[in-house]
Amino acid sequence: MDSAFLSGLAGILAAAAPILFAAIGETLTERAGVTNLSVNGAIILTAMVGFVVAVETNSTVLGFLAGAVVGALVTLLLAFATITLKQSQVAVGFVLALLCRDLAYFLGNPYMGVSGPIVSHLPIPLLADIPIIGQIFFRHNLPVYASYLLVFLAFWWLFKTRPGLMLQGIGERPEAAFARGANVNRMRYFYTVLGGALVGIAGPLYSLSVKAGWKGTISGLDGIGWIALAITIFGAWNPMRAALGAYFFAFLQWLGLVLQPSLPGIPSQVLQVAPFPLMILTLLLVNIGNAEWVDRALAAMPEKTRHFISRLLRAMRSSPPGALGVPFDNE
Amino acid sequence: MKSFRWSTVGFQVLAVVLALAFTSLVLMIAGTPPLAAYANILNGAFNSMKSFADVAVAWIPLLIVTAGLLVTFSAGLWNIGIEGQIMVGAIFTTGALRLLQDSALPSALIIVAGFLAGMLGGALWAALAGLLKIYGGVNEIFGGLGLNFVATALALWLIFGPWKRPGVGSMSGTEPFPEALWLPLLPGTRLSGWSVAVGLVGIIVIYFLLQGTYFGLRLKAVGRNARAAFLLGIPTSMYGLLAFLICGALAGAAGAVQVTGVYHRLIPSISSGYGFLGLMVAMLVNYQAIWAVLVSLFFAALNIGSIQLPIVLKVDSSLAGVLQGALVLFFMLMDGVRRRFQPKS
Repeated sequence: MDSAFLSGLAGILAAAAPILFAAIGETLTERAGVTNLSVNGAIILTAMVGFVVAVETNSTVLGFLAGAVVGALVTLLLAFATITLKQSQVAVGFVLALLCRDLAYFLGNPYMGVSGPIVSHLPIPLLADIPIIGQIFFRHNLPVYASYLLVFLAFWWLFKTRPGLMLQGIGERPEAAFARGANVNRMRYFYTVLGGALVGIAGPLYSLSVKAGWKGTISGLDGIGWIALAITIFGAWNPMRAALGAYFFAFLQWLGLVLQPSLPGIPSQVLQVAPFPLMILTLLLVNIGNAEWVDRALAAMPEKTRHFISRLLRAMRSSPPGALGVPFDNE
Repeated sequence: MKSFRWSTVGFQVLAVVLALAFTSLVLMIAGTPPLAAYANILNGAFNSMKSFADVAVAWIPLLIVTAGLLVTFSAGLWNIGIEGQIMVGAIFTTGALRLLQDSALPSALIIVAGFLAGMLGGALWAALAGLLKIYGGVNEIFGGLGLNFVATALALWLIFGPWKRPGVGSMSGTEPFPEALWLPLLPGTRLSGWSVAVGLVGIIVIYFLLQGTYFGLRLKAVGRNARAAFLLGIPTSMYGLLAFLICGALAGAAGAVQVTGVYHRLIPSISSGYGFLGLMVAMLVNYQAIWAVLVSLFFAALNIGSIQLPIVLKVDSSLAGVLQGALVLFFMLMDGVRRRFQPKS
């Protein structure tokens, strides 16, 4: 296999890492029954904060830490407004998305174009020397390795542990979880803030690695958070499937770059947004099984076709946690 | 007014104070004296007739967009695809003007055709989000967001491809239209009396549609409780789709204003972010048409007033967005606090 292709694949894994952090953070938050719509702004804000802290302290570790803290604070505000004060999750999240973005552009202004530190590469000894696999998977930096682990960790936590089962319960049927002794709103606070901290790692992962530096409005970060939210749905609130979505998205973006020279008539900006129509299409595919008219249409079909199509739809189908977006009253 | 209370007003005043305090804190972090920044914004927006006319130039499309959003919000829909609807409206207007500019038709008629095309384009784009929601089960927030990006790509492709300027395409947009196809401007300003008329007619029509018609009443019933409305015999899907169509047509009209009255060509950023800003205005006024007129004017003044901040105070003009976002956020927080602590009557 030629090395340009291998480094392309390695690049996809690295480019998907921040989206993975954001999508898995959002998956945990939404599993608890809270929609966090602020992701797009939070990624831009934490990218700026992480970069500024890393420049001032000359430490990328502190940059990531600052990003996680700011990301957690944003969602703490969201949790307070929506869980304690019972405001609309969509409304508060949307306003936070815009506010965080403008805050980032305003406060980050003096640091535009400043050169800053980059997370250093850390090939894993032995593993990095495995032909092909080593080159693709094990010649990255620590946050990228952490993104692999995060997928498995989140999957294990959600589906294989008792607290994970409880997490599913408070998002699916909070009354039942409450009856069994779960403090629903306290756990929602916890998972909202945890999800926010993970989103807050996505920001510095851009500004200190994938898209190193801070360039204000042209940093190319506006829009990524919305993608991460779409990937959460595509992923059916399952970390494994979300990872698949993130890698698929990064693959499409890479494809756009590779195809660019052979399609001179199409401006680069068009190819960069090519994943979005596909994202709508995939959302359509995973959601269409939930629509009522599909059931009616299926009922009119012959037995065998109906079985085939309904199995296909069920395999793709993605239904949100039952109580997503619904506030819970302890009384 | 269902139940006017002074304590409600008190919490709203508190929200404004907290938003100003937050923004002042942000300014101090950036090392800028807050009062100087506010004075600068006010000065930039109101120091002359010309700058006030510029505020109105931004106010009109924002007002039209907000009027449309009042309809979708009434139906309980989050039309985040509004940015794309403005964009596609502007694309359709540009297309119609390009098609007709060499014809023998009087220019007034061509401009009217451009507006109608814009409204059609915006409505089509909104219908797409509506159909995706109703028949595809795709949440309108994500369908709309995706369609926003597609609309931007469409505009870029047209500007750099089929509609590029003689020579080479650039981010500065398509070839400007001849002056005969511009909305006539008020002397000494960049403001057209015609766009002001379109904006005011738009919000008045929507006000009466929502407050004074059976359609508006049923639409609000759908928004409050879709299930109950459906059981009462209201075709909820059709009402939702109609709300999308009306909002999209208004967004398209805003795009047409931007093309015929402001930029006189298609540019990549033709929506100027007015769609998202309109969502904020609609949330802040709690979906009441009359307040939308004033608040959209105030938000437009913040946008225009902050343009000169980078030159005068060396800070970014996104300060306007910080103040706008803080206002909406603290209004929601204070509303929550009031509901929690105010005794129910």
